[in-house]
Amino acid sequence: MAARKHRRVGDSPLVRRTLIGIAVGLTVLLLFMPLVLIFVQAFAEGWAGYVSNILNEYTLHAIGLTLVVALLTVPLNMVFGVFLAWLVTRFRFPGRKLLTTLIDIPFAVSPVVAGLLFLLLYGSNGWVGQWLGEYDIQLMFSWPGIVMVTVFVTCPFVARELIPLMQQQGREEEEAGVVLGASGWQLFRRVTLPNIRWALLYGVILTNARAVGEFGAVSVVSGNIRGETNTLPLQVELLYQDYNTVGAFAASSLLAGIALITLVVKAIVEWRQSRN
Amino acid sequence: MSIEIQGINKFFDKFQALHDINLTIPDGQLTALLGPSGSGKTTLLRIIAGLETPEQGRIRFSGRDVTDLHVRDRRVGFVFQHYALFRHMTVAENVAFGLNVLPRKERPGKPEIRKRVKDLLEMVQLEHLADRYPAQLSGGQKQRIALARAMAMRPEILLLDEPFGALDAKVRKDLRRWLRSLHDELHFTSVFVTHDQEEALELSDQVVVMSNGRIEQVDTPLELYGRPDSRFVFEFLGQVNVLFGKIRDGVMSQGDAWIRLPEGCENDDAQLYLRPHEVRLTQSASDEAHLPFRIEAINLIGAEVRIELKPDGWECEELWEVGISHTEFNARQPQRGDRCFAVPDVGHLFCEHAVEPKTLEWR
Repeated sequence: MAARKHRRVGDSPLVRRTLIGIAVGLTVLLLFMPLVLIFVQAFAEGWAGYVSNILNEYTLHAIGLTLVVALLTVPLNMVFGVFLAWLVTRFRFPGRKLLTTLIDIPFAVSPVVAGLLFLLLYGSNGWVGQWLGEYDIQLMFSWPGIVMVTVFVTCPFVARELIPLMQQQGREEEEAGVVLGASGWQLFRRVTLPNIRWALLYGVILTNARAVGEFGAVSVVSGNIRGETNTLPLQVELLYQDYNTVGAFAASSLLAGIALITLVVKAIVEWRQSRN
Repeated sequence: MSIEIQGINKFFDKFQALHDINLTIPDGQLTALLGPSGSGKTTLLRIIAGLETPEQGRIRFSGRDVTDLHVRDRRVGFVFQHYALFRHMTVAENVAFGLNVLPRKERPGKPEIRKRVKDLLEMVQLEHLADRYPAQLSGGQKQRIALARAMAMRPEILLLDEPFGALDAKVRKDLRRWLRSLHDELHFTSVFVTHDQEEALELSDQVVVMSNGRIEQVDTPLELYGRPDSRFVFEFLGQVNVLFGKIRDGVMSQGDAWIRLPEGCENDDAQLYLRPHEVRLTQSASDEAHLPFRIEAINLIGAEVRIELKPDGWECEELWEVGISHTEFNARQPQRGDRCFAVPDVGHLFCEHAVEPKTLEWR
């Protein structure tokens, strides 16, 4: 009997090729070309020009500040995310559903609005800000404020990754551990953590990517003081407004580089996750 | 180690899962908690283990009050329904877990732990799987590893939640026998939860039947099957044939059906419960009973031929079922649609105005 090709609905070559064509075309046009252009622009003045742009005093400071923000934000949100996911998936308490909804607020609110909220609360005229001012503590327009809004904007990532996984895994393994005599910490380190490690890493990668790249919220609370409160994304904008296109793109290339590394790590983690 | 359960009440929000449970589980015996889903049997087991906290009541192990003792200090072995093996650990690591988390002072040395794990895996006959991960095991193997893991701490009490629930029939039977022999060898006190009557009756020394958060009856399997205390236990344990009727002057009747009762039965509304093996099938009615039927279906598979009967000239909620031997079946060759009569040997009478059922004999 001759093998006959069975066609499913919408499987005609014309439809398939058209769809693939559109998808590839859009990807190249909207994603790939801009990415390549960043590097083309960054190296417009050659390698030496690129290096001198990166080594610009203010750009270096922006890099440093961005790293500090990421270094503080990521561990903080990692701990917070694990704690929250654990609370929501392992306990029943009134307001649990509400809490899972509230976790998403930073995703739902525009980052600019988030920045404004923090400004209203912690600014020198804000409720908390006035009180802090009496002790000579200034959060807004300085690096602590930048960290605060970044923490706010990125806090759902870890919890969002963990909650479905922990819900699906259930608490039986942990119960088995307790019955066998494990203490709370032993339980977390030997049972819970190994089971969630890939999802946790995935959440951390996303948190880091967003913490490094956050613009809207940070721009509201930073005050854009060159060499003091400028993070890398703000520096890019500033350079661009100064008509220093090459400098702006050189700084952008760093962010793009981080994004590319993130994507590679993410792919590896996803691959590991699917294997487990 | 015996387990004494006293006045346990447990609520989940407003739902009362357990109503004033009092029960003693004797030392060294295998006890089954049997009941339909939602009867509270698993909750009771988890309370014994310490995984749930009762609102009221006490739990004692051999007289020692453990109600306020944390799960990890109760030192019971617990086998979970879905095994709950640590998925990121090998079989050997799973079994060693309990030993590895002991405080340093009590923890045996590495070689000692290795030896204990090896012995335990030998006990469950799976030493060749020591380096596998749980995902690579079959259901029956997982179950045995879960058991080995629970036994690693040498508990005096072993609790099993639906231990064979997720296994296919053949494996289930093997494991059941194996658990029974293991129990006979090691003499720990075991409690297992099941909704399978056959499993409970075959495996245990004592069966606790539960429904709606209450204990219906506690008895040996023999007593339980032969003398159920309540309609619930009767209907829950195996197939049963029921005749609803009125008793007038020693005769219970409904429509065309009637049955002469032995002496001492008051006039009342009553239900007569009959096990399939307590009923004979005949071509004509006897002096004591007139229970006409039409044969509805004949099932030849199994040790006996099971015949389903539809009442003829009277009514019942479910079809009756009677078992006859293959020899008898071959001799008489009954056909679908044939008319026949049931003659009871032993019956259990539940009267509307009596507390306890009455066992009747016609032989």
